[in-house]
This record gives sequence, structure tokens and C-alpha cells, in this order.
Amino acid sequence: MTTMTPGRAARHGVTLAARCLLHLRHSPGQLLDMVVQPMLFLVLFVFLFGGAVATDWRLYLQFVLPGVLVQAVLLATVAAGAMLNADLTTGIFDRFRSLPIARSAPLVGAVLGDSVRYVLTTGVVLAFGVLLGFRVRTSPLAVVAACALVLVAAFAVCWISTLIGVLARTPQRLQMLLALVMFPLTFGSSVYVPTGTLPGWLRVWAELNPVSALADAVRALLLGGPAAGPALRALVASGLVFAVFAPLTVAAYLRRMRH
Amino acid sequence: MSGLAIEAVGLVKRFGATTALAGLDLSARPGTTLAVLGPNGSGKTTAVRIMSTLLLPDGGTAYIHGHDVRRRAGQVREMISLTGQYASLDPRLTGFENLVLIARLRELSRRTARRRADDLVDRFGLREAAGRLVRTYSGGMRRRLDLAACMLVPPRVLFLDEPTTGLDPRGRIALWELVQELAGDGVTVLLTTQYLEEADRLADEIAILDRGRVVAVGGPDTLKAKIGGRTVRLRLADPAAREAAARIVAAVTGVTPGRDAGQAGLVVPAAAPHVAPELLRRLDEAGIVPSELTVRLPSLEEVFFTLTGDPEGRP
Ligand SMILES: Nc1ncnc2c1ncn2[C@@H]1O[C@H](COP(=O)(O)OP(=O)(O)OP(=O)(O)O)[C@@H](O)[C@H]1O
Ligand SMILES: [Mg+2]
Repeated sequence: MTTMTPGRAARHGVTLAARCLLHLRHSPGQLLDMVVQPMLFLVLFVFLFGGAVATDWRLYLQFVLPGVLVQAVLLATVAAGAMLNADLTTGIFDRFRSLPIARSAPLVGAVLGDSVRYVLTTGVVLAFGVLLGFRVRTSPLAVVAACALVLVAAFAVCWISTLIGVLARTPQRLQMLLALVMFPLTFGSSVYVPTGTLPGWLRVWAELNPVSALADAVRALLLGGPAAGPALRALVASGLVFAVFAPLTVAAYLRRMRH
Repeated sequence: MSGLAIEAVGLVKRFGATTALAGLDLSARPGTTLAVLGPNGSGKTTAVRIMSTLLLPDGGTAYIHGHDVRRRAGQVREMISLTGQYASLDPRLTGFENLVLIARLRELSRRTARRRADDLVDRFGLREAAGRLVRTYSGGMRRRLDLAACMLVPPRVLFLDEPTTGLDPRGRIALWELVQELAGDGVTVLLTTQYLEEADRLADEIAILDRGRVVAVGGPDTLKAKIGGRTVRLRLADPAAREAAARIVAAVTGVTPGRDAGQAGLVVPAAAPHVAPELLRRLDEAGIVPSELTVRLPSLEEVFFTLTGDPEGRP
């Protein structure tokens, strides 16, 4: 019982991941947010701007749904940071620290538990899109690949969110920092419009932004077109984000764990 | 090893310019209850957090059953449970879910975890609240849930940081019974408290803290005796007999008695314990009827204020 094995550590992590699902069950508001927000974005953009951006809103729906999917899932990653921050700033963290559990468990739990959200969000956006009239023009395999790509990216981006969650000392600062990172990252991209239509400086940013590559790749995988290039770029960017932010998070987290 | 359940040696902890602990020594033998008393800011919580592996000391260390809290925190955590000064619970889960979560983290099977949680919910009077989110709990309910969480896996050493603060009288008595029962089962308990009555009642040993140091340690009676002698207090059925009684008291104790607040009382400080029977006999001979005769040690309050200096408490 006294030595920490990877098996035990994994069990502790899974137990704490299951806690996230309980949270979700207890706050229907959060669940509603998760489902309604992407729907709202979709309806808003398709019917409000669809006519202006494209000749027909149906055409714009085809264009924008992959983008909304990317944005919704990436935005869902803020929950991991919020969760860790809530743990760290309430007494429950002291409980975890005084229990004979792996020190990694609360972090692993937050990230693992959050992955369930990403899968859920992916499903909701796709289903609602189809309901509105979105049609996949490729194969089921390509759809699976698109979803996998989005999930991989979300798993990478969630480490930015967890880093902010560990560093932020107050909930207000947490919200501000998360917004500061997530909005330019998701809106300043080809999620809603092709980057070619953007004005100079924004266009430069949007073309550099790996979220554009991700949106382009998902679009190509769902609608046809060259997917390999943008997909590769999105994967490399995900790998880089993970390689930078996961260790930073772990270091900051261990510092707070130790006190 | 020393065979002690808890041993803190020269603990030092600084927070910026504040020295929270200035070389604190504490020890408790297995199965005993140690009460740590001290005014606000004297370092009780800091000491408990170090001994329960939540905080690293700047100097000195503590051992739990011989395991160094700095280097063998894992082993220490297997043996201890902690109820901190502020509840460590997940406000977004129900009381029951909190208990099951912690039980599962302690690696009890799903079934055992639920059964233990169920027992403890009853035991701590949380049956009605068990299905509600902890966010909606009152302070006392949180405290009880926190205590229940400590009992999921019976610890060898239990740390309770002001466990009865915020509890109603019934909750307080239930906690006292729990501590006594645990002590009976051989659990070592370290509790901090502001209530001298609590320390007096529960503890085998009391350590009094002031400004991060132990200023006195010993059994309740030893501590009381250390501070001052006994007092004999005599009340008379007939106030008119006071002069006669005062002469007798002076003859027996060698001290001229002062007057008690009431009209019919006499008080003599620093008397030897054997004076009471002698006094009674002489009063009886003189035909004086005492309505009350007590020989008592100073209260822990008096001990506390004498040792920590300031009866008003520091601002
Ligand atoms: N995290 C911290 N940062 C800065 N100062 C701290 C911190 N924790 C404790 N202190 C300081 O250390 C001293 C001891 O605090 P501690 O909480 O141990 O006292 P205590 O005896 O538990 O008091 P109380 O009876 O109010 O609970 C106080 O002066 C306090 O301000
Ligand atoms: Mg305290």
C-alpha cells in the first residue's frame, strides 16, 4: 500500500476524473451552456451573417460548421483550467494533499474528466449542424479523422487552460486570462471566414494561427479538398503546444502542491 | 525510534516577516490525546499543517510514528487524517458523494466505500443533508462532514484543528464522545482548541502555545498546579456567623480569609489540600453550618492567561 505505482496513480486520476462528470450532472446550467452555446453561435452566424458572407445561408452553413466545431471544442477546454483553479482555491485541495494519493491525480483527473466534454461537444455540434442541413461530402472515415484531429488539438490546448488555472490567484483573473488567450486564438482564424477576406494585420495573424490550419483541415475532411497539408500543420502545432504547456503546467502545479 | 506517535522537534516556519513557529517542540505517546491551546496567531494551524504534510517547515521537523514528514510524506499520509480549520470538501458535490470520493481515493472498493459513507452519514447526523450539494451546507454541517471524511479509513493519528468551532452544543458533545472513543481505540489525537474546557476534558496532555513556542506543557492538573495553589471557598448558611468562621479559617490555614463576592462567603488562597476535613471539624465544633465548602485548582483559563500574558488577548 505504501509505494506509489503507476497503476495506483492511474486509479486515483480516474476517480478524480469521474468527479468532473458528477459536477456536470449537478450543474445543469453548465451542461446547457455546453450544448446551447455552440448552437447559438451556429444559428447566429449562419442566419445573421450567412446572407452577407455567402450568397445563400446554406452555403455558409457548409463553410462555417467545421469552424464552429473547432471553436466550440477549443473553448470547452477552459473548463479544465476553471476546475483546477476552483480546486486550488478551495479547501478540497488540502484534502487531496493530505491523502496518500499520487500527486499527479488532481491534475490528471481534471484533464481526463474534461476530455469527456470535448467528445460531447463534438457530437452536439455535428448533430445540430446536420439538423440545420449540413451535409458531409466525404466518407465516414474522414469524419472520424476530423473529429480525432479536433480532439487531439483540444487535448493540447487544454494545457494552456490548466496553466492559467494553476497560476491564477482569483476567479476574476482566471476568467480574464482565459478570455484573453481563447478569443484571439479562435476568432482570429479561418473559423468564420476565409483568411483571404481579412484586413492586413488580422490576416497575417490568422494565417499564422494554427487554429486556421485546424479549421481548414477539418473543413477539407468533411467537405473534400486537400486535407493533408493543414492537418499536418495542425498536428505539429498541437504537439508544440503540448510540449511547451504541459511541462509548464506540471511545474507550476507541483510548486503549488508543495507549498 | 522514540516510540512516540507524534514528535515535533524545533519546528520553525516563517511567512515573510512573520515568524509563525519559533522552535516548536511537541510530542504525544501513542493512544493519547494532546490538546494544543493558544491565542489567535500563535501558530496552531501552522504546526498542524506541517505535521500533516501540508506545509514544509523552514527548520526542524516532525515525525509521525517515526516517519519524517518532510521525507516520508507518503507513509505519513497513510497513517493520518486531518480536519483542518476550514473544511476541505468539494462544494460542488453532495455530502454523500464527497465521502464516497474520498473513500475511493483511499482505495476502498466501490461497495465498501458506499457502505462506510452510509454509516458515517448516520453517525454524524447528516442523513437528511447527505443528498444535498455541500455548497448549501451550514458551517456546522460542513464541519461534521469533514470529520466524517476523516473516519472513512480509521487513522492511527488524527489531527483536528479547532474541531468544535462552529458546532452547536450537541455537535460539540458528539465530537467529544468521538474523540474519547477514538482514544479508547488507541488512536492518537492532536487537537487544537480555543476552549479550555475542551482541553481539560479530553486531553491527557496540554501544550500551551504563544508566539510560535510552547510555553507550558503537562497534564491538565499539573498545569493548573504549576500556576498557583488551591483556593478554599467557604459559604455559610448563616451570614451572621462569618466573623467566627473567619477566625477558625485563619487558625486552620494560617491565612486571613478574604471576602467572597457574595455576602456569606470566605476565600482563602494557597491552602494545603488537607485543610478541608480539619476546617469542617472545627466549624462543626463551633456550631457553624457551611452551605458550601470547595477546594479547587485554578481554572485553565487562569493558567492560560497567566502563561500567555494578556487576559484581553492581543489585538
Ligand atoms: N500562508 C500564510 N501567509 C502569511 N502568513 C501566515 C500564513 N499562515 C499563517 N501566517 C501567519 O502565521 C502566524 C500563525 O498563524 P496560525 O494560523 O498558525 O495561527 P493559529 O494559532 O492557528 O491562529 P487561530 O487561532 O486564529 O487559528 C500568524 O501571524 C499568521 O498571520
Ligand atoms: Mg488556526
